[in-house]
This record gives sequence, C-alpha cells and structure tokens, in this order.
Amino acid sequence: MFKGRTEIIENREIAKDIFSMTLRAPEAAGAAKAGQFVNLYLDDKSRLLPRPISICEAEGEKGTLRLVFRIAGEGTKQLSALKSGDSVTLMGPLGNGFIDTPEKKAILFGGGIGIPPMLGLAKKLSALGVQVTSVLGYRDSENFLAEEFEKYGKVIIATDDGSVGFHGNVVQAASCAFATDTAEGNGTCVFACGPLPMLRGVKGFAKDRGMKCQVSMEERMACGVGACLGCVVRTAEVDEHSNVKNKRVCKDGPVFWAEEIEL
Amino acid sequence: MNLSVNIAGVEFKNPVTVASGTFGSGMEYSEFVDLNRLGAVTTKGVAVTPWEGNPTPRVAEVYGGMLNAIGLQNPGLDVFVSRDIPFLKKFDTKIIVNVCGHSVDEYVSAVERLAAEPVDMLEINISCPNVKAGGIAFGTDPKLAAEVTKKIKSVAKQPVIMKLSPNVTDITEMARAVESEGADAVSLINTLTGMKIDINKRRFVLANKTGGFSGPAVKPVAVRMVWQVRNAVSIPIIGMGGIASPEDAIEFMMAGATMVSVGTANFLNPNITIEIIDGITAFCEREGVKDINEIIGCVR
Repeated sequence: MFKGRTEIIENREIAKDIFSMTLRAPEAAGAAKAGQFVNLYLDDKSRLLPRPISICEAEGEKGTLRLVFRIAGEGTKQLSALKSGDSVTLMGPLGNGFIDTPEKKAILFGGGIGIPPMLGLAKKLSALGVQVTSVLGYRDSENFLAEEFEKYGKVIIATDDGSVGFHGNVVQAASCAFATDTAEGNGTCVFACGPLPMLRGVKGFAKDRGMKCQVSMEERMACGVGACLGCVVRTAEVDEHSNVKNKRVCKDGPVFWAEEIEL
Repeated sequence: MNLSVNIAGVEFKNPVTVASGTFGSGMEYSEFVDLNRLGAVTTKGVAVTPWEGNPTPRVAEVYGGMLNAIGLQNPGLDVFVSRDIPFLKKFDTKIIVNVCGHSVDEYVSAVERLAAEPVDMLEINISCPNVKAGGIAFGTDPKLAAEVTKKIKSVAKQPVIMKLSPNVTDITEMARAVESEGADAVSLINTLTGMKIDINKRRFVLANKTGGFSGPAVKPVAVRMVWQVRNAVSIPIIGMGGIASPEDAIEFMMAGATMVSVGTANFLNPNITIEIIDGITAFCEREGVKDINEIIGCVR
C-alpha cells in the first residue's frame, strides 16, 4: 500500500461545494479497484484524523487518481483550497472495493456524494461487457458527473426538487424502469452508494426483483486500516475477525453484500 | 548507547510501545511498522467473553485531538489467545496485554486465563470512560482500585500494570492505592471524558454522548500527571497522552515515565512509532546521553 506525498494536478469545483481533485499517485492508482478509498492527511495538525475519500476514477497507465468530494467541514474545506502543483499526503488504496460478480447486467445507484465511486465502477463494468444502467440521485439541477456516466450506458436521473429527470428518489425512479420480475432480475447485480435511507430502499428494490445487491457504506473513521474499530457496521452473523456481530467498514468494507449487514 | 529499559524485571529494547486500543493486536499496522523495532506491543483491551462495543458514531475529531467511544469491542480471550498471541510471538518484541472486565470477577478470570500464556505483562484497564459497568468505576474510587489490584495480583503470573484515569481529583491517590496492593507499574493517562455537539443537528456527535478525549491537545495534562505520580509512588510509570513526536516522548520520560505509549498519533501517521524511536536515538546522540535511563525523571 502506498503512503506519501502526492502532487495535485487539478482541483476544481464541479458543483456547489463539490470538488474534483486529480492527483499524481502512480502506485495507488495502479493498485486501485472501483469502490476503494484513500485517506488524505491534512497538513494542519490541529485536525489530525485522515479524511477518507472514495476513488472516483483510477487511471493506472497515467498514474492518476481522481477524487470527487464534498465540503463537509473544515478539513474538506482545506482540501478544496489546494491548487494544481500543491501536494497532499495520501494513503491507499484502502478497503475492499466492489466485489467481482458474474452477472452481465448491472444497475448502479448513486446518491449525492455517493455518486463518484460509481463512475469508476461503471467504466470497469462496461469494459467487461456488462450492460450498465446508472441511476443517479441529486438534490437539484447540479448533476455533477452525470454526462460522464453516459459513456458507459443508460443514465436515469432523479432529483429531489424535480428540476431534472424523475421527481423523487432513485429507488422510485428505478422502480418505474424495472419491473418486479424475479426471473429477469436473476442475471442482474445492483451496486449502491449513498445515504442510509437510500441504501435501505435499494436493498428492498433488489430483493423484490431477485437481484444480488452490493452496498458501499460510510461511517466515521479514525485509523482507516482496521485497527481502531471506530467504523463498524452491524452484521447479520457473527463476524470471523471481530467474533461479534460487527464488521469494519474501512477494512472488511466499505462494500458489503446487502444481506450481510443490518441497514 | 543504551535505549533499553526495565519494568518489573521485564527488559524492553527501547522505551516505546503503543497505547492500548489504537493498534489492535499489531496485525493491521504490521504492514506499515516493523513490529520487531517496538519496545512492546500493547494490545487492545480484551475480556473473558466477546464484547460488542457501542453503537456508531464511535469517533469524532476535535481541535487537536479526537473523541472515541468504541466501548471496548473485543473478540474475547479464546480468539485472542489462539489468534493474536501466536501472531505477535513471531516478532522480537514484548507483549503487554490490556485486560478489561465488567466486574472484579471478570478481571480475575481474564488474568487467570492469561497466566499460562506467553505474554510479558498485563495492563489492567480500570479507566475506560466508555463502558457503563466496570471500567472507570474501578479507576475513580481508590478503595475499588486497591481491591481489584489485590485480587488480580493474587492470581497473576505476569507483572501487572494498572492503567489510571485522569478523570479524578487526585491521581496520586489512585497511584498510591494500587501500589499499596502490589501493582508492579502504573500507566497513565487514559482518555479524558469529553463531549462534542453538532450544533446544526442539535445532537451529540457520538452515539454514546460522551467519549474519551485523546491526542496532542491532552499532552500537558498527561505530563503533569506523570510528574505528580512520579513524586508519589516508587513503581515505574508508562506515560502516555498525546505523544506525537520524539520530543513529546522525551518530555514524558523527563517527567518520570520509564516507558511511553503512542496512541492517537498512529492514526495520523502509521509509522510514527518508528519515527519516535529514531528521534529519541538522535536526541540521545546529540545530547551525549549514553543511557536512556539517565533522563527518566531528570526534571524534578
């Protein structure tokens, strides 16, 4: 795993408070899988915990990583202020990433800042010949990354305010597009990243249609490497590592099969 | 130059270990840190039976530090003994096992269970602020602290370190209480009880409401307490609380700590323990210190 200073190639605001940062990090980019994340460490040591940020795209050949993040507090605000030519300490890739699965059809659900990691997955799956439909949920008409998803398959947009696409949430939008046909659903895998209520809805959506379902979880983290047990998620069965019904989001996840965990 | 120190007959190659709970059992960090270089690995608190820990959010960042309320999630001694001890035995380092319990009986059972295990010392966590039963209750009442020390000492086969809480009026009273019942060493400080409120959501940030405050911001409190305890008892001290640099570690040793533990700093730099060991070495070379023991408690 890589840890060290990385150079920022580009950092620009692509929607209000949403930044797209591209870094030169060949070792991390070469090893990264869709759905993994990196820790960014601030130089301001009054804010000492790493910021875990999902990988939007990793380009091994170019040696670059693209991270798309939202300003959520003072730490991400500092990251948003970094300019091309600046450097930042990065560790990664961390976590498991989306799990390889044989289905030839995929429905990708992304909600808000859960959208970026789905882009790298859409790219990967379409390259593998999987038929990709991306269902992206936004608050309003600032549909960051949506155009980029179109390269990899059909895109359905849902907005909270109805300004673009379906007026409602991603699960409602997808329910209109996909019938509850379990024979049909059998060859489809669902992948989701977004807020917890959305993940619950997506889990139900997949279950109703006999589709397999992977969800990427978010939790407050400290170490990012599985040692501190800060970021656990409740599991259906006793976990082999923890010996209790908890798995570590940073190390055992962030991606889990939906039925593995309590949502 | 000699960096080795001795606590209760156990020889450590250098005075640097990790604070319990910040380093698991070393497995996750072994990717970043050559565990052979550490004076000791202090493992995350383990109890006789598995503990689920607290609900999430369990961690929060605060200015210059963090809060945690993990709640001593642990896999129980059966898994710990069969998996974690054999893993650590592959390295040339000492093993300090941190032990937790909800009651005196649970502490005693855990210590008995560890008696035949190849570990070097036990650290008894009587100071966790995040569990309702046990933990800190024993660490804030000198009579209970003395009682649990006595019972543990009567069954322990390894030297016993009692880990003290800073959440008391007079920490020297606690140190004297455990020393009087035979504690071989004390470690301090555990975390300070803290709280963070999300003013936009009008909610506590941690599910547990309160959490243990650690990190660089707590260091002056910890240094002061190490110095106070050093003047109150004659057993060795393992000092901790916000150590994030070689200079911090040396400061604790000058205040009276024989060893130091690095905790929260592991989260901001997984390799920090090695950098601290190298930095202590460089300091000794620069200052002409031939034996690290010369600086222990040198500031009176």
